[in-house]
Amino acid sequence: MSSSEHEVGQMAGRREGGFNQWLNKRFPLDSLLRDHITEYYASKNLNWWSVFGSLAMVVLVIQIVTGIFLTMSYKPSAAEAFASVEYIMRDVNWGWLIRYMHSTGASMFFIVVYLHMFRSLIYGSYKSPRELIWIFGMFIYLALAAEAFFGYLLPWGQMSYWGAQVIVSLFGAIPVVGESLVEWIRGDYFISDITLNRFFALHVIALPLVLVGLVAVHIMALHEVGSNNPDGVEIKDKKGPDGVPLDGVAFHPYHTAKDLVAFVAFAIVFSAIIFFAPEMGGYFLEHANFEAADPLKTPEHIAPVWYFTPFYAILRAVPDKLGGVILMGSAMILLFFLPWLDRSPVKSIRYRGWMFKTAVALFVVSFFVLGFLGTQPATGLYTTMARIFTIVYFAFFLLMPIYTKLDKTKPVPERVVYHG
Amino acid sequence: MVKSVIACILLGLPMIASAAGGGGHVEHVDADISNEASVQRGAKYFVNYCLGCHSAQYVRYNRLAVDLELTEDQLVENLMFTGERPHDTMENAIPATDSANWFGRTPPDLSLTARARGDDWVYSFLKSFYVDPSKPTGVNNLVLEGASMPHVLWELQGIQKAVYRTDLDAQGSPHEVFDHFELVQPGTMTPEQFDVMAQDLTTFLTYISEPAQLKRRSLGIKVILFLVVLFLFSFLYKKELWKDVH
Repeated sequence: MSSSEHEVGQMAGRREGGFNQWLNKRFPLDSLLRDHITEYYASKNLNWWSVFGSLAMVVLVIQIVTGIFLTMSYKPSAAEAFASVEYIMRDVNWGWLIRYMHSTGASMFFIVVYLHMFRSLIYGSYKSPRELIWIFGMFIYLALAAEAFFGYLLPWGQMSYWGAQVIVSLFGAIPVVGESLVEWIRGDYFISDITLNRFFALHVIALPLVLVGLVAVHIMALHEVGSNNPDGVEIKDKKGPDGVPLDGVAFHPYHTAKDLVAFVAFAIVFSAIIFFAPEMGGYFLEHANFEAADPLKTPEHIAPVWYFTPFYAILRAVPDKLGGVILMGSAMILLFFLPWLDRSPVKSIRYRGWMFKTAVALFVVSFFVLGFLGTQPATGLYTTMARIFTIVYFAFFLLMPIYTKLDKTKPVPERVVYHG
Repeated sequence: MVKSVIACILLGLPMIASAAGGGGHVEHVDADISNEASVQRGAKYFVNYCLGCHSAQYVRYNRLAVDLELTEDQLVENLMFTGERPHDTMENAIPATDSANWFGRTPPDLSLTARARGDDWVYSFLKSFYVDPSKPTGVNNLVLEGASMPHVLWELQGIQKAVYRTDLDAQGSPHEVFDHFELVQPGTMTPEQFDVMAQDLTTFLTYISEPAQLKRRSLGIKVILFLVVLFLFSFLYKKELWKDVH
């Protein structure tokens, strides 16, 4: 569409001299809505795997809104933090609900994001031309991990304190600068009031800004190239005379209606946790964290929250501290290279051979097993298992250029498969 | 399809329950906080037997009155003995440095004990004091070995000793394991009555560890019922809209 045609379309249905016309001459509201909502076309065959991106945005909004209200009553000081959380839980009107929404939201954020990433993996959404979407997404994941880590110190419970102690001390493994780096991060010789204050600043201002910015970039890149679909077919290659992809349907109202269904289903699960199992058996809120932080009393067993445990298991699988830190870092960094590790000519798992399918299955198993092992004390058998599954985890990425090239693929159809 | 998404989400969560607290000896208790009479009795026991040394610094008296459906008169008459005001929290009168000198450590605040350790742990702890002449208090506790707390409820429970039996461990060498408690001096309560008392106290501690429990479950049912109806409508709306997509 040329820009003059655009303008005519933009003004259609707008009363001459009306407010909307006035507004749109000064701010591109209509064209923004059109480009990103009403005339953004995504494939009609998207299945329920593709709702997790929208859900992640919903959770981000929940976290920001509940976070604002928590900040109104929370006190970021070592002397008052733990008590102020209990004050929120007991004395602030609906404080318990806001706090549980925030604590459950943190874990649900990771569940939704892990499922979102898994969808990318099975449908090849990271492959050309979507490499940058994937890379921005990986930065979102890292920012989210940092956000969750800083936030976890704030309740100032035993697990908050000692979890932060363990993770911050990992930087001490770096040769030469390690120890001074750890001191610089903590701002003190141990995790203290100073550390709590700076983690609060990072959790409440710095990382949310980074997250929101990255999400905007992630979506802009997505809307530039268009959404992938379960067949991995580029719908923009087949357009009708009106310029609309033949297999595309408008994001609104079609995909928004579908996302709404997913959102309500999500809200049911979310509410079930908040109202009936806010601790989720000690996985979302750890039992030991209901004891105030005590720098003189190390808990018997320190484990990070479940969403970090696969990486924690990889860290502990290596007998050498520096080696463990390097391996854990690589476990995350390798994900960035996925678009170039995958040499397959097809995107979707639907048209890939047995090798890729087996590799994905093994990868999922290793992620779950490592996740479980990370919650357990590292004893004989468990350490052996952690080593085996760490190898499986890395093999998935490092052998990918080989098995995706050798794999026999099926022919990809011209148009998406859809049984309306 | 939607069901499979929910199943995926639920499968993604590790559902293994984790045990809280240390010590091998744990008895199960049914701490039902919806049993108001039990929570009220627990509150009375707590104020009479625990609050002398332990605090519950996050719990307000008037919150108790609201949640346990007591009038302000009942509250003052039954639970407030040392001139507190109703909006005060449940502090105790002993300065922390004094109690640390007397007992070896300051008796911990009990607001969140049931949440940190679990209700079974609290119940078992209350019932597991046994004679141990090597300790300055004359008693030890099977659930928390070496606890510096004296057996405050001995008049009610009586005095019990731990009976051990000899077992073979994995290597085949014999070692002693706890078998059962034996009452050597009966108290003013029968063992059954004392069990109920320990249960009431546990129920009260469970309640104060998270007062919102009283509200959240009943509210949760309403919220989820609403969402289920909303789900139905949103699903039908989606179906209707997508009918025309071929």
